[in-house]
Amino acid sequence: MEVHHPTSLPDALRAVAAGATPLAGGTDLMVEINFGHALPDHVVGLRRVEELNSWEDSRIGAGVTWRRIDEKGPTALAEAARTVGSPQIRNAGTIGGNVATASPAGDGLPFLAAVDASIELVSPTSTRHLLWSDFFVGVKQTAKAPDELIVAIQLPERLPSRQAFGKVGSRNAMVIATVGCVVTRDDDGKTTVALGSVAPTPIRAFRAEEMISAETSPSESALFEFQRLVSEDVRPITDHRSTEEYRRHAAGVLARRLLERCLR
Amino acid sequence: MTVRTEQPSSRIDDGIGESALRPDGIAKLKGEFEYAQDQWVEGMLWGATTRSPHPHARILSIDVAPALAIGGVHAVLTADDVPGRASFGLEHPDQPVLAKEMVNFWGEPVAIVAAEDDATARRAAAAVVVEYERLEPLTDPEDADLRDEVFQRMRIRRGDQSASGSVVVEGFYEVGMQDQAPLGTEAGLAVPDGHGGVDLYATSQFVHADHEQVVASLGLRPEQVRAHPTGIGGAFGAREDVNLHIHLCLLALHTSQPVKMVYHRSESFTGHVHRHPARMWYRHEADEDGNLVRVRAKVLIDGGAYASTTAAVLANACYFAVGPYNCESVSVDGVGTRTNNPPCGAMRGFGAVQVCFAHEAQMDRLADALGMDPLELRRKNALESGDSMPTTGQVIETPLPTVEVIDSLAAMPIPEESERAGLPGGSGLTTEEHHVVRGIGYAVGIKNLGFSEGFDDFAQARVLLTPGGAIVETAAIEVGQGLVTILAQIVRSSMGVSSVEVRHVDTSKIDSAGSTSASRQTQMSGGATLEASSRLRARILEHFAGDDLNDEGVWRDGELVVPMSRVTEDKWEETVTFRHPPTSPPDGDGQGVVHADFALAAHRAVVDVDPELGLVTVVRVDTAQDVGKALNPQSVVGQIEGGIMQGVGLAIMEELILDHGVIRNPNFTDYLLPTILDAPDVEALLIEKEGSWGPFGAKGVGEPPTISSTAAVAAAIRNATGRAINRVPVRPQDIAL
Ligand SMILES: Cc1cc2nc3c(=O)[nH]c(=O)nc-3n(C[C@H](O)[C@H](O)[C@H](O)COP(=O)(O)OP(=O)(O)OC[C@H]3O[C@@H](n4cnc5c(N)ncnc54)[C@H](O)[C@@H]3O)c2cc1C
Repeated sequence: MEVHHPTSLPDALRAVAAGATPLAGGTDLMVEINFGHALPDHVVGLRRVEELNSWEDSRIGAGVTWRRIDEKGPTALAEAARTVGSPQIRNAGTIGGNVATASPAGDGLPFLAAVDASIELVSPTSTRHLLWSDFFVGVKQTAKAPDELIVAIQLPERLPSRQAFGKVGSRNAMVIATVGCVVTRDDDGKTTVALGSVAPTPIRAFRAEEMISAETSPSESALFEFQRLVSEDVRPITDHRSTEEYRRHAAGVLARRLLERCLR
Repeated sequence: MTVRTEQPSSRIDDGIGESALRPDGIAKLKGEFEYAQDQWVEGMLWGATTRSPHPHARILSIDVAPALAIGGVHAVLTADDVPGRASFGLEHPDQPVLAKEMVNFWGEPVAIVAAEDDATARRAAAAVVVEYERLEPLTDPEDADLRDEVFQRMRIRRGDQSASGSVVVEGFYEVGMQDQAPLGTEAGLAVPDGHGGVDLYATSQFVHADHEQVVASLGLRPEQVRAHPTGIGGAFGAREDVNLHIHLCLLALHTSQPVKMVYHRSESFTGHVHRHPARMWYRHEADEDGNLVRVRAKVLIDGGAYASTTAAVLANACYFAVGPYNCESVSVDGVGTRTNNPPCGAMRGFGAVQVCFAHEAQMDRLADALGMDPLELRRKNALESGDSMPTTGQVIETPLPTVEVIDSLAAMPIPEESERAGLPGGSGLTTEEHHVVRGIGYAVGIKNLGFSEGFDDFAQARVLLTPGGAIVETAAIEVGQGLVTILAQIVRSSMGVSSVEVRHVDTSKIDSAGSTSASRQTQMSGGATLEASSRLRARILEHFAGDDLNDEGVWRDGELVVPMSRVTEDKWEETVTFRHPPTSPPDGDGQGVVHADFALAAHRAVVDVDPELGLVTVVRVDTAQDVGKALNPQSVVGQIEGGIMQGVGLAIMEELILDHGVIRNPNFTDYLLPTILDAPDVEALLIEKEGSWGPFGAKGVGEPPTISSTAAVAAAIRNATGRAINRVPVRPQDIAL
């Protein structure tokens, strides 16, 4: 196996263009290798690439770890960070790796969907920004080209004033989300709700958003209508972790509770 | 039988009743302890296993050539290369060493490989080409029962079968498939001795049983195989059956080189037996005052593809189907089915766990129907010393302080509602205080100690006195439970010598200690050690006409008469084979003196439930346990805390999910074990009632913590939510939908 340790982005990009598999924290990639699902013969380590580790305001470098996000990330993203694995995983795992893996259960993804973040992709010849909804195309599938690296996550300059993250799982820590959710609400009532683990990609529940955004101080029945619409809009499956029915139910309940948190 | 020693003549540190520290504790904490996985010898090869990807299929052909063609591969063996008995098994040798014509479960070994390194061995194992004809797997145990695909049926009839009571409750209960999930996976090293024999160092709970099965399948003479105890990282029943043992020896003898094998995590989940999933149908009848009048049960456990210990687990489930309660009219029908699911066998609690979940739910239902306090109902019917087992009719001769255990637990303080252990949902921030309801549940469980049903249960131990101190030699396996501490404490207290080393010796050097299972080693190997060291002390005192022995030597009338250096110029050694009181097989109605001893525990679980999302936090589990005598209180509490965690796991998260015989979650990502954030606080009361035949009156303590803790957590969830909760693990959807 060939391993590169570039210290600059151009060097890293050259290695990727030559077919190397990027390795950030390794907390997804090493699992794939252990299971025999991935057997790269050429790996490029990204940790020493300074450009990827930088974090300027609303531009979060792909190499920023969950631990750093836990410490100074925006409210709901920091709440999500605290649920990623265990302290060891949060010290190693990065937001870029989470985004590149694009698991439906990736805990960082609902926030990106809720605030309409875009993904900054760079190849040796181009730079482009893809809105999250154009980037995530299927279960563990993204629009990233093979010669591209994710360099940063671009958040909007101004984030909604109220944000809340929640994650349902059958264990109190170290658990893959059965449902993950972010609700944001701005001072003008504009509300977004994004969910993970209930569809092939992170999704937004637009009908629910539209309904509740129009309510300046939502009544109890509006909150339950919001819950119902979220449950209706998700597209979960039954697998060994949970059932379609439960995921649908939990998605609505969680979204309503997070909205209540935002309204307080 | 047991030699009753007078209390130790002089006080000694770290004797019985004290929480002596583990001699291997620091090494384990520092990562210096050598586990089976860490073994290494120069020039060794690595082994790997080709496994069936189907739960049921006919093998049409096996082509090993592509595997042999890989550089660095030394051997690829199939069923045709097994020189001796083609199959193995703890009770019935029905499981092929390597599958020949058929594969009967997902992950069944078909071929084994030895190569120069682990990665090459695994690549070669994957390169073996097996052509299968897929067959429909039989995976529903009720279907198997109907088709009479069974390993064993069990029938218990006691008392007047027409008895009836005016208050009747019925229920159906289900327990999912739990895994022992030991942190250390299966691992071992086999070293050929150059004369056609082999030394085996592999994860085990019972080296003499491994030895017997290796000898049979390799077609060797017993003295040509030596099975050595080695460092074990957890067992819980998973290491009683043979898995890689015969494979390693085959490869080592075939290649004339040492061969090492370490199962990966997912392989471990298919490579050892699991706890039997169970379905149970119950009917309890009582009179108006709450006296149990009749209990009827049908108990179905699924044994999976091969026998392992299914017959014994089923018998146990049936014997303890009523729990620790008196009842004069009992009928239990049990069946252990044969399917194409993964084989099931021993796991902590051995059948008693499954039925405890059911009989305790029934007792709560009955209390509810009677309008009676659930603890009062249990007290009223409590089975005590001198009573007859409701199932077998056996009169209980050893202490069984059921009422005291229940009363002690009931007297423990209940935490205030405001005392929380975090909220359900934990770091997921799903739940706020106003979403939470609190529930409290109780359960009591009973189980036998040691082997039953007329099995010749014995343990041999040897005690030596040398210039360096006393030595205990044993083939009993230390799996982390603390045998290594207990045996030394017993020798210190009974012989009067403070420096004691416990040596794990191989099968050629000592007779069997029996399995490290059935909560038995403290009583059995402890019993043998106590008797050997007491006899040795008596012989030394007689020889030197002394009246006391300590580190300095032999004393008479308060004066040192022979210094230790002179005492140990002679060779002092005593070997004892200890047997517990005899038991007998049951008659056709399941009646008889089938058990040697019993132990019981009661648990009270306090849970916080978020009913809308179905999430549960176990706030605390308190317990009172019948321990006979706590030889090492800290070790006992260690067993209690660990056992409760395993019980909490079964109650709310630990389950192997099967899909047509295929395990969907053979990994720690999805086989969820409680983390420290899921761990309840535990307060344990040790109830000491001496009179058991164990050393100093000790009883086994390993299994009771696991038996009723699951049932208590389920009862607490029922109490919080009003839901029936007739299945464990309780899943969020079972509460929320
Ligand atoms: C025990 C455990 C628990 C976990 N728990 C959680 C959890 O609770 N929630 C959760 O969401 N995830 C969890 N994960 C998954 C994982 O930790 C996260 O997805 C993490 O964010 C991955 O980041 P990484 O830096 O380790 O990625 P890596 O493993 O280094 O990489 C992952 C993938 O992304 C690619 N990649 C990495 N960086 C880039 C880049 N800059 N550009 C392009 N491609 C790139 C890699 O080639 C690889 O394919 C867990 C993993 C483990 C092992």
